[in-house]
Amino acid sequence: MAEPMLQVRDLNAWYGESHVLHGVDFDVGEGEVVTLLGRNGAGKTTTMKSIMGLVPRRAGSIRFRGAELVGMRPDLIARTGIGFCPEERGIFASLDVTENLMLPREVAPGGLSVAEIHTLFPNLKERARSQGTKLSGGEQQMLAIGRILRTGAKLLLLDEPTEGLAPVIVQQIGRTIREIKARGFTVLLVEQNFRFAATLADRHYVMEHGRIIDMIPNAELEARMDTLHEYLGV
Amino acid sequence: MFTILGFPAPLLFGQLLLGVINGAFYALLSLGLAVIFGMLNIVNFAHGALFMLGAFVAWGLLEYLGIGYWWALVLAPLVVGAFGIVLEKLLISRLYKLDHLYGLLLTFGLALIIEGLARNNFGSSGMPYPIPASLQGAMNLGFMFLPVYRGWVVVAALVMCLATWVVIEKTPLGATLRAATENAKLVQAFGVNVPLMITLTYAGGVALAAFAGVLAAPIYSVNPNMGANFIIVVFAVVVIGGMGSILGSVVTGFGLGVIEGLTKVFYPQASATVIFLVMIIVLLARPAGLFGRAA
Ligand SMILES: Nc1ncnc2c1ncn2[C@@H]1O[C@H](COP(=O)(O)OP(=O)(O)OP(=O)(O)O)[C@@H](O)[C@H]1O
Ligand SMILES: [Mg+2]
Repeated sequence: MAEPMLQVRDLNAWYGESHVLHGVDFDVGEGEVVTLLGRNGAGKTTTMKSIMGLVPRRAGSIRFRGAELVGMRPDLIARTGIGFCPEERGIFASLDVTENLMLPREVAPGGLSVAEIHTLFPNLKERARSQGTKLSGGEQQMLAIGRILRTGAKLLLLDEPTEGLAPVIVQQIGRTIREIKARGFTVLLVEQNFRFAATLADRHYVMEHGRIIDMIPNAELEARMDTLHEYLGV
Repeated sequence: MFTILGFPAPLLFGQLLLGVINGAFYALLSLGLAVIFGMLNIVNFAHGALFMLGAFVAWGLLEYLGIGYWWALVLAPLVVGAFGIVLEKLLISRLYKLDHLYGLLLTFGLALIIEGLARNNFGSSGMPYPIPASLQGAMNLGFMFLPVYRGWVVVAALVMCLATWVVIEKTPLGATLRAATENAKLVQAFGVNVPLMITLTYAGGVALAAFAGVLAAPIYSVNPNMGANFIIVVFAVVVIGGMGSILGSVVTGFGLGVIEGLTKVFYPQASATVIFLVMIIVLLARPAGLFGRAA
């Protein structure tokens, strides 16, 4: 079998002295939407940051389309074709909406055009000249997702894109993820709201204490709901 | 002779012009400091020494190679900028993970070394640098004579400040710079080679200082202390304007030059201290500086 698009093996990560990831293993296949579920502090964000090279220290192996990312600089990792939407959204206050949108470097052909992004998120067009951080939380999230759709990156890392947002906006983001999946993008999604995740994802990985402890295909989610509740403590 | 508020007009205008000229240098120097501070998070104490180095490069080009003022205005910033690249790559870049104080100590040490070497090789009396032929003479403005070269310095400084402002505020490159000032790691995760950008920002900032140094060469003699004389006031300008603010540096630079000039007319005893008085008052009222954003 061919190597999956993203293959993470025995990934360890540290913040200073504190050892946070203890041998994370998972795969994401081309065109899949895969979630990372887990309680607060399980290591979901750290896993994403490790993929992007944003943790102080990491070890193990992260292979993306055959290239080894451990040891690579973050800008070069991005240029292999990975787009990152951070948990805190990372909208820049000193840039207006358009400047925020145009900031990430184009890494490959095949990204969405600005017009297409404006069709997905009409608010961004209306507020093109506003200061980035003057947008509402929902609009900032649209901007954070929109700007990585432009770059041609085909693997998108979305860290809790629906956190703290109103239901209509959560739905809009859900539609967007379905749309980009239909266009052939691959998504690794961190989500607290697994009911929302269940409407989008192909598979779910469950994290606990810096390890992957289970993998649930979406089709089995209903049947294994009790186990999942136990994992997540809800 | 007519007077204004009891002071002879020529004296007033003369000091005002001197103030604007000094202000032009304050603005150019604090602009570079602000850009460097925004991106590298270090206070570049070597800035005055690199300003001086710019003037020395201009002098050396003329003395040894017969290359004149206009080429020096281009070449000296390039030479000093290249030297800045070496400094950043070799020394400064090792300190980013440490406390600010280390960067301050390092660049202060560099300033002492550069100035010491200049003093050792050229003495401290200073060497004259001629005003280029095309900028000699004076214009009669009606109320005073304006030496053409001084007018040129003000115009050149203003144009350079404006150009820097346009690049930073209105271009994609500037947007990337501003973003990297806010969150360098995330910008790097968007595919930007941030370490390279930091190096080039330092080079650009010190190139601005060298440009100012060449402008200054015909006015003040080319001497090892010329940077040290300016730099203390320039730090006050940066603090008053607000650390890292571009517009703040420019407005405050010119403004304080004028205030200093006028003080020389109205109350000469205070002319050396007035800027620090302003600094204290501003810091009491607005701790982040006039144009600074509170952290
Ligand atoms: N910058 C940091 N320095 C030190 N420890 C950190 C840092 N960031 C996270 N941690 C620790 O690492 C562990 C994993 O954190 P991480 O943010 O990856 O969890 P998470 O699964 O994303 O949680 P959440 O659902 O709350 O976002 C936690 O114990 C956290 O306290
Ligand atoms: Mg998280």
